[in-house]
Amino acid sequence: MNIMSLTAVELGKKIKAGEITALEAADAAIHQIEKLEDTYHCYVTVDKEGARKRAAEVQKQIDDGTLNSPLAGVPVAIKDNMCTKGMLTTCSSKILGNFYPTYTSEAVLNLEKAGAVIIGKANMDEFAMGSTTETSAYGVTRNPWNKDHVPGGSSGGSCAAVAAWECSYALGSDTGGSIRQPSSFCGVVGIKPTYGTVSRYGLIAYGSSLDQIGPVAKDVTDCATILETIASYDEKDSTSVKRDSYDFTSALVDDVKGMKIGIPSSYFGEGLDPEVKDAVLAAAKTLEEKGAIVEEFELGLVDYAIPAYYVIASAEASSNLARFDGVKYGYRTQDYNGLHNMYKKSRSEGFGAEVKRRIMLGSFVLSSGYYDAYYLKALRTKALIKKEFDKAFEKYDVILGPAAPTTAPELGKSLTDPIKMYLGDIYTISVNLAGLPGISVPCGVDSKGLPIGLQLIGDCFRENKIIRAAYAYEQTQKRRDCPTVQATE
Amino acid sequence: MKQYETVIGLEVHVELATKTKIFCSCSTAFGSAPNTHTCPVCTGMPGSLPVLNKQVVEYAMAVGLATNCEITRYGKFDRKNYFYPDNPQNYQISQLYLPICRNGHVDIETEQGKKEIRIHEIHMEEDAGKLVHDEWSDCSLVDFNRSGVPLIEIVSEPDMRSAKEVIAYLEKLRLTIQYLGASDCKLNEGSMRADVNLSVREVGAKEFGTRTEMKNLNSFKAIARAIENETERQIDLIEDGEKVIQETRRWDDNKGYSYAMRSKEDAQDYRYFPEPDLVPIVIDDEWLNRVKDAQPEFRDEKKVRYMEEYKLPEYDADIITLHKKMADIFEKTTELCKNPKKVSNYLMGETMRLLKDKGQEPEDLKFSPENLAKLINLVEQGVINGNTAKDVFAKIFEENVDPEEYVKEHGLKMDNNSDEIRKIVEEVLANNPQSVQDYRNGKEKAIGFLVGQTMKAAKGKANPGIVNQLLKEMLKNE
Repeated sequence: MNIMSLTAVELGKKIKAGEITALEAADAAIHQIEKLEDTYHCYVTVDKEGARKRAAEVQKQIDDGTLNSPLAGVPVAIKDNMCTKGMLTTCSSKILGNFYPTYTSEAVLNLEKAGAVIIGKANMDEFAMGSTTETSAYGVTRNPWNKDHVPGGSSGGSCAAVAAWECSYALGSDTGGSIRQPSSFCGVVGIKPTYGTVSRYGLIAYGSSLDQIGPVAKDVTDCATILETIASYDEKDSTSVKRDSYDFTSALVDDVKGMKIGIPSSYFGEGLDPEVKDAVLAAAKTLEEKGAIVEEFELGLVDYAIPAYYVIASAEASSNLARFDGVKYGYRTQDYNGLHNMYKKSRSEGFGAEVKRRIMLGSFVLSSGYYDAYYLKALRTKALIKKEFDKAFEKYDVILGPAAPTTAPELGKSLTDPIKMYLGDIYTISVNLAGLPGISVPCGVDSKGLPIGLQLIGDCFRENKIIRAAYAYEQTQKRRDCPTVQATE
Repeated sequence: MKQYETVIGLEVHVELATKTKIFCSCSTAFGSAPNTHTCPVCTGMPGSLPVLNKQVVEYAMAVGLATNCEITRYGKFDRKNYFYPDNPQNYQISQLYLPICRNGHVDIETEQGKKEIRIHEIHMEEDAGKLVHDEWSDCSLVDFNRSGVPLIEIVSEPDMRSAKEVIAYLEKLRLTIQYLGASDCKLNEGSMRADVNLSVREVGAKEFGTRTEMKNLNSFKAIARAIENETERQIDLIEDGEKVIQETRRWDDNKGYSYAMRSKEDAQDYRYFPEPDLVPIVIDDEWLNRVKDAQPEFRDEKKVRYMEEYKLPEYDADIITLHKKMADIFEKTTELCKNPKKVSNYLMGETMRLLKDKGQEPEDLKFSPENLAKLINLVEQGVINGNTAKDVFAKIFEENVDPEEYVKEHGLKMDNNSDEIRKIVEEVLANNPQSVQDYRNGKEKAIGFLVGQTMKAAKGKANPGIVNQLLKEMLKNE
């Protein structure tokens, strides 16, 4: 048996039971990376030595009883936009090609306290801007289900690494669907928690008011366990929320009797791939058969989510990315003439096309004379979208829909038409605008053999409802590992 | 020639006296080695996040209340975006849309009587780092120690008409803020900075003229000079039929003139938007009342109270309340020795003299009220005489010595033993026959010299009352 075929929780149990050591687990991940990384390119950085050393330390703490978390000794991949002290952190951008942070992000610290062994830093769209992981300055990541297809994005490296067994689980970040969409494309499970649940301290910001870190793993049990480990109230993040409960695993109950599930009819209109539609509706039917009450309803303002999102996220990004100027850290151009020329050349050479596009878009919507018409209007739209969801959650426990309108597109097909790529975020984006939790769970494959994702959306701080629904649904399905990865065994 | 009037509004930056920075827990201490008071937040490291220091809000509220402002109960921070290397994030966290205080005013004294200067708003923001230009290696270095030090900016309405009014307004702000303990407000060290917005117009005109903004004003003197210079410059332009250009100018106090830094056409678009990393500042009644209740007694009230409660002359009350530190020392010392006039005399006399000699400010005073009170008690109880007290006070001023111990250690207790003093007087009289003769011949002033000689012989410790009495007695007898 390949150790990497185990879920994170299964592996953690075996390590605790002494059946597998943390070092063996790390070696198994490294072995898998050596075998498949050339094909899929899930990582920007792989730290074999560091991982082995860390695994040995963790094993000692497990042995002397100081560590007994369910994730102790389990290898993890961290999306490359989370700061890791002394370990290269690039955001998949040339501009941070030489950046070694002086501190570790809070979510990763929480994992480390629980005995996680970091294998490396996962590839992503540059600064999390993109839906395919093709905007990375360090090469594209390929979808393990079919290497001619994208893994989705921006957490494409994290999701592909989980699918390819190149780690037991991963952390991703989700600003407009960046965990849920690639999870859907790679046939894995991913959660975007309620805004404020996981500290953003140390997460290199894209859209500060929308960014959230979340888990990516093989199943719902893993995701709930990981979320329980990384979620915390953090005084260093002013937007962090002190929640009543950080218990997510108690929601792993196979029972949806009486649960009210709403399906927004507008989610199933034009633009949705019929195969995705059928799979998602079949999943709804399954939940209904298990006792849930499923009905369609009208969710308003769906069409306004994408423009509002791109205005807000780009505006915040244009300011967040201003600090990358070649002065303090990161890339500085070779030849320059004076300060302004250094700024211009460093940034022109250091950022990729999609990042530049969003910085320009964001600068435009914030500029004097346009602020009210764009940014302020987008903020109002955001508030109205939240109200629409509030209304829906008065009636429903969970909202069900697809995670993405299609399965994973072929490499090279998306970036040629950015508007079309932006439209692919239609089902995920409003969840970020409203600050809600969402989960993507595999619900079958299309005729090309590519995975389809079911999205369940909950009200703020009601992760447990979507975890419960997802878990109950998962129990009806046979776990579907990536066949090409299995074939290499 | 036409008659012109000057119209002036001020933007005053005040560095707040918090121990830590506005958005991180680094120290605000001044004068440390470069980049020793820094962390990921105040150096703009990727992924770092600001956390608001509540003390900053309280100081800003306190200044707002003291200047009759409305306090914004639901406030926010905004980002001001501009590129400059002293600004590590390339945006400054400031307040544009919902500043903490609005619509206030302070009264100043002018030759025409009381005048109200309106305050448009007070907002909170972070200071930038400091650039150090190294000419030897032809490069610039950045020191981020000051990055993130809290500031408030107090923006007045264009209500001032002369340099005198500007100075009076600044003095009023400074005193108010010092009384609050919110800042030491030192212009020369940059903890208080004023930018002057100035325009001129014909007397009686309704519209304002085009204004300029003057920066780099490091003293009241520089401010006054710059205002006069800029007023003249603008009037000259208008008289010559030219136009005043809306621009920012930099004052060079050594050369006594200003030059244009940037015009309105070059004005940057700061692309302000609400800071998404900070939550709104909600000030509830409880918080507001707590800050209100903690407001100190300000100068005007204090002055009146000193005259009523302590019966101080207005002149004394005026000078002592001019500095918060003086007033604090006065009150504590008086409480301990119950002798307000004596305390006032020490502060107005010896203290002021020593400060002047040493070129220090009242803020630099280091002695404790306890020691001054003890000294006053020693004199009152006849333990030491006035001469000794003066010397001891100099020691207290310098090193804050305990006067009781000091007097004991140095044997400075006044000599009240008539027999011993009598011996000394006899000796002095024997040694100064000429003075004795003079006195007896009716030159009464000669006794002063004899007193001095006796005190000198007694090493200053003799009770001057006894010396006088004995001298008179013995001069009569012989």
